[in-house]
Amino acid sequence: MSQAMSQGTKPKHTLSGEEIIRCTGVNKWYGEFHVLKNVNLSVQKGERIVVCGPSGSGKSTMIRCLNRLEEHQKGTIVIDGIELTNNLKNIELVRREVGMVFQHFNLFPHLTVLENCTLAPIWVRKMPKAEAEERAMSYLKRVRIAEQAKKYPGQLSGGQQQRVAIARSLCMSPKVMLFDEPTSALDPEMVKEVLDVMIGLAEDGMTMLCVTHEMGFAKSVADRVIFMDRGEIVEQDTPDAFFSNPKSERTRLFLSQILNH
Amino acid sequence: MTDNVQSVGLPDERPPANTVGPIAWLRNNLFNSWYNAILTILVLGLLASAIPPFLNWLLFRAHGFDATSTVCRQDAGGACWGFISEKLRFIMFGMFPWEQQWRPLVTIAVFIALLVASCDRRFWKPWFGLVWAAGLALVAVLMWGGVFGLTYVENTLWGGLPLTIILSVIGLAVAFPVSILLALGRRSNMPAVKVLCVTYIELIRGVPLISLLFMASVMLPLFLPNGVSIDKLLRAQIAFIMFAAAYMAEAIRGGLQAIPKGQYEAADGLGLGYWQKMRKIILPQALAIAIPPLVNTFISFFKDTSLVIIIGLYDLLGTAKAALSDPSWRGFYREAYLFIGVIYWIFCFSMSKYSQKLERDLNRGHRR
Repeated sequence: MSQAMSQGTKPKHTLSGEEIIRCTGVNKWYGEFHVLKNVNLSVQKGERIVVCGPSGSGKSTMIRCLNRLEEHQKGTIVIDGIELTNNLKNIELVRREVGMVFQHFNLFPHLTVLENCTLAPIWVRKMPKAEAEERAMSYLKRVRIAEQAKKYPGQLSGGQQQRVAIARSLCMSPKVMLFDEPTSALDPEMVKEVLDVMIGLAEDGMTMLCVTHEMGFAKSVADRVIFMDRGEIVEQDTPDAFFSNPKSERTRLFLSQILNH
Repeated sequence: MTDNVQSVGLPDERPPANTVGPIAWLRNNLFNSWYNAILTILVLGLLASAIPPFLNWLLFRAHGFDATSTVCRQDAGGACWGFISEKLRFIMFGMFPWEQQWRPLVTIAVFIALLVASCDRRFWKPWFGLVWAAGLALVAVLMWGGVFGLTYVENTLWGGLPLTIILSVIGLAVAFPVSILLALGRRSNMPAVKVLCVTYIELIRGVPLISLLFMASVMLPLFLPNGVSIDKLLRAQIAFIMFAAAYMAEAIRGGLQAIPKGQYEAADGLGLGYWQKMRKIILPQALAIAIPPLVNTFISFFKDTSLVIIIGLYDLLGTAKAALSDPSWRGFYREAYLFIGVIYWIFCFSMSKYSQKLERDLNRGHRR
């Protein structure tokens, strides 16, 4: 287990109760394979959720449905009052408000770090270039990488690239941040720098959904842990209850596999 | 314990004499095994027997630029460069009126200036399109005339190098954006667009350029109503554009396929629209990857313009052939073809060199 985070400093905050994500009866198939089975999920503004589960359990597919990188075939997904359907306009509106951080960073290799961060604000939000750059620099400072702004992604380490990717998403001022295994492709010594940035975001009250295997992160910052297996949400609870007193047999098995090694 | 530690650095020494210098180079590169030694000797022998006679013909026994065909025919052992000086203006400018030939000459200069300037990435800005438009307007005025006191010259009289450059530069410049759309269309999610693009590309690629040129010049008029005729040069130009677009689309598609899925997803995830995503993220990377096959297409199309001779247009190759049909200069084809070969080579080699430079520049620091 990574001992990356400052233990026991879980930020105290109260949720507004305002709902920002609602999934109702979401189903998805890859061909004949049923990846998501009747997923129901409601997320409040400011809530920090960790999604875990064995590989192939559909956890990445689920959060990728939330910004329509994957299409669901049944059920409804409503993000900040907008339902995700085939309506391209709505999809683009949702994507503006939902930031995503990928396992493999997916920075644009032909643009500098700064250009990576200013591209979407300039072209999607129509922000003046100077303002976009100023904001980008402040977010790059926040992820502690401002001095690399003129470099190209290929010149940075994995951890640095992932921090740039987080800054790039933040530059769009998203209402929700999705993290799809953000530390899985990193060398062990770089995991901490990325988790620290994510903890900082959580402390600032960002609504976050993280697919991750970093159980330490889940314990210290999550408001809720969701366990998925074979395409369905098996269990969801506060981290304390989830780790100390898992209700389902599948959860217990999963936890014993990842915690006792 | 301190025995293991080097307290004083050893001085630098020269490498052993048999690993550096010309002798070592010869041994490593030309005589590193018995069969390479034999090959080296064979090749050297071949060169020794081929080069001196060629140089003799090219230079030592050649007749200078002032030689007449009579002198050349009496001593046929050397090249007759008098042919080139006699026919230079015809080969370069074709049947353009003799005293007006400064106009195609300036045209060539304008094109070369535009092309050289376009090589500089600092000029890759929207306003440079206006410079090109102005340049092409200037070329049109120079070649056609009829305004500003220039006499009108019909485009059937155009020929030589300006024609080759006009056909290839305009052809490739128009075909390039079309080919990008075709390549994107071929990968589109919209079935109708996709089928249309695939059909077009496969149809054009399945037909030889010659037959397309024939169709443009012979068959197209059959389909047009009586009295409507499209200029022969324009028809050839359109055939070239159609052909080049199909080939370049495939080169660009190769580049598009090399872009990882994550790039599309990251662009989508940020809320970029389809055209923004293509223009800002996908195409800049795909085109950089597609440079080698694209330049390959550019080079082969520059040379393929010589096929217009079959529909009666006189490009550089056509005028050289026509120059040889002058009875007093018949038979000096070596000089003629060598001369235009050098011109073609200069253009193609410059393109190749520039593309290598561009590849290096675009790849600098970008690779992950």
